[in-house]
Amino acid sequence: MNVTKVLDAKGLACPMPIIRTKKAMADLQSGDILEIHATDKGAKSDLVAWSASGGHELLDSAEENDVFKFWIKKA
Amino acid sequence: MSVTPMTAKQLAQKVIRKEPVFLLDVRNHDSFADWKVEGDNVQSINIPYFDLLDGVEDVMKELPDDREVVVVCAKEGSSIMVADLLAEEGKDVFYLQGGMKAWSEHLEPVKIGDTTQGGEIYQFVRIGKGCLSYMVLSNGEASLIDATRMTDVYIEFAQSKGVQIKHVLDTHLHADHISGGRKIAQQTGASYWLPPKDAEDVPYSYEALEEGKEITTGSTTIRIQPIYSPGHTIGSTSFIVDDAYLLSGDILFIDSIGRPDLAGLAEDWVGDLRETLYSRYKNLSEDLMVLPAHFMIMEEVNEDGSVGRTLGHLLKENHGLNIESEAEFRKKVTGNLPPQPNAYQEIRELNLGKITKNEEEQREMEIGPNRCAIR
Repeated sequence: MNVTKVLDAKGLACPMPIIRTKKAMADLQSGDILEIHATDKGAKSDLVAWSASGGHELLDSAEENDVFKFWIKKA
Repeated sequence: MSVTPMTAKQLAQKVIRKEPVFLLDVRNHDSFADWKVEGDNVQSINIPYFDLLDGVEDVMKELPDDREVVVVCAKEGSSIMVADLLAEEGKDVFYLQGGMKAWSEHLEPVKIGDTTQGGEIYQFVRIGKGCLSYMVLSNGEASLIDATRMTDVYIEFAQSKGVQIKHVLDTHLHADHISGGRKIAQQTGASYWLPPKDAEDVPYSYEALEEGKEITTGSTTIRIQPIYSPGHTIGSTSFIVDDAYLLSGDILFIDSIGRPDLAGLAEDWVGDLRETLYSRYKNLSEDLMVLPAHFMIMEEVNEDGSVGRTLGHLLKENHGLNIESEAEFRKKVTGNLPPQPNAYQEIRELNLGKITKNEEEQREMEIGPNRCAIR
């Protein structure tokens, strides 16, 4: 996957992972891919819902050593 | 304008007293649809916090001025953020302290009644999740039934009443919430009682709850009489307390009956459930006050915040007790079942002592409503 930017949101509690993601997304171009690392369990369902509401595409997600990783393609 | 925290206890008391309250729930739509704060005078709207990051002007118009507005989220972080934004726009708002997690964990003790010989029985209403547990007090001693994992609440309550917890009982192996029974028994030196058929191969020791084995609280005053009543689980056991109260576990609720499928054996257990509800229970005194281990909807909650009705009333009004044909009953309780509770298999394993989880993991496992009933 051609990741444009990696956002480290580890250790941040809700709502910060989404706020950081939104800010990072604003700097990207349409079609760019943002990779997000988070440790907050709520981040997962919220990122899915946030992506859907903004029309972004959640390409993939994974969990490694209690870190959730997400790849979102900007609309 | 101001932002004020509202505790789960304050909100619970408003819900019980049916005071009007307006909730702005800022969790995502799926979480809201799955589980939320409910009550007769609770009005709620759901706008995810991430849709409010660019401003709250639009939502301001939807907020009433004649009642308290409480912002709610999963843990509290997002609700504080949204509450701050609303306050900047000139609105006085509250946020739910600790969010839905605190709501899920709050227990409200409600006195059900007195027993003979000066004893008392209390119900602990876990209003956010619909779980009910009980404490029977008499002459300096207490028995605790279907305790949740919020063990401090019971221990502190017993201390405030000057009683020592002697017996801790679970009506069955729970699948919707984590039992605090074993932990409390360890902490207080009480005996922990479980139905042996629900506790096969558990790695801990327990006292076997069997029909005919009476348990006393206080100086032999309060009898707890176990009645074998399978159906929700194979070991499910009800208790008759002081010949007046029927603690029905997850077999019979106020407006519904237990579901037989949470251990994966719906077809096998439906016959037991029918037998328990239509034969065993029907032979009991109609004057018994039925006190279940759950409620599902706020309509089941009485004016004073308690949950309980006489068996006679339920025999007439509870739909699950009035299905004449056995085939129809079978169809009703094995087909068309509601979704299963969150993490119910893991919760069973944890209650069996087969796995261990830290407190944060236990909280996550218990998210959502209890879903133990069939209406």
